[in-house]
Amino acid sequence: MEVKVVKNILEANEVIAFQNKKLFDEKGIYVLNLMGSPGAGKTTLLEKTITNLKDTKKIAVIEGDIETSRDAERIAAHGVPALQINTGGACHLDGNMVRNGIEEFDLDHIELLIVENVGNLVCPAEFKIGEDDKAMIISATEGDDKPLKYPLMFQVSSVLLLNKIDLLPYLDFDVERFQSDALKVNPKLRILPISCKTGEGLPDWINWIEDRLK
Amino acid sequence: MHESGIALSLLEIIEQEVLPYKGSKVINVKLRIGRISGVMPDALRFAFEALSTGGVADGASLEIEEVPIAIRCNTCKKVSVSDAPFMVCPHCKGVEVEMIGGRELEIREMEIDDGSEGSQEHS
Repeated sequence: MEVKVVKNILEANEVIAFQNKKLFDEKGIYVLNLMGSPGAGKTTLLEKTITNLKDTKKIAVIEGDIETSRDAERIAAHGVPALQINTGGACHLDGNMVRNGIEEFDLDHIELLIVENVGNLVCPAEFKIGEDDKAMIISATEGDDKPLKYPLMFQVSSVLLLNKIDLLPYLDFDVERFQSDALKVNPKLRILPISCKTGEGLPDWINWIEDRLK
Repeated sequence: MHESGIALSLLEIIEQEVLPYKGSKVINVKLRIGRISGVMPDALRFAFEALSTGGVADGASLEIEEVPIAIRCNTCKKVSVSDAPFMVCPHCKGVEVEMIGGRELEIREMEIDDGSEGSQEHS
């Protein structure tokens, strides 16, 4: 006999993510889910972001990695509350991990929560965690063909940071083709070329966040 | 994609849905998997087979409908189906489009054998 089910397989996660978002909204916290390959510059970007914003905004960070607490330690060194989630093998953070993690924070004193997801261009795009926006960082050293190879992540992101632009003179990276492909996959994507190393483009990134916080 | 995580979530749903039908075995599960979801049907079958061993869905087959990417243009109102994940209307080049198909990761129905006398397999 046939039993009709009609369910999203990832529904359980969607429900938890929805509950997370509800809690964040109640507490007035803007949540950013930062994704990108390993080595794209996620943690360094966060360090630069914190340096620029910590005097005016109450920030907290959740770090997702398979192993080690290195990233959380880097963030904590800036005087910002940082929680490390070690997935032990899972390639992305999910709603449940974040729900458990936020219990460590005093949510009444946070305005901006940035969740640095596990380095991965595939899976984090599929799992909501209760964020307001997804941000993606990709470095010029990864090649300009990524938007068409990993379309989902480009599609679900509100903003895309192209990092390490200081290395462009040494790379065969076609910036125009990259941007045009990215916009084909997501015409509404805001693309920000930056260099965490030289600081170029960072003011536009900070402005983007400040706009979202309003 | 970590199909084993998805297979696990799928199994949890199946085990939940089959509860009212005590003593039943799941024979077949119909899924819809969207093109852009990144899930590989064969990998999902492999993971599902491994994880369902010994349980109520042991031996169940997965019937997977692969859903192409479909976009609806809010400018010219046309719907287009394609393999490419471009969010641009191929008719009018408009960018006010929404993806109406291709992101699915759904279970639609399951076929169960409740062991009653004379029960037959339905197509």
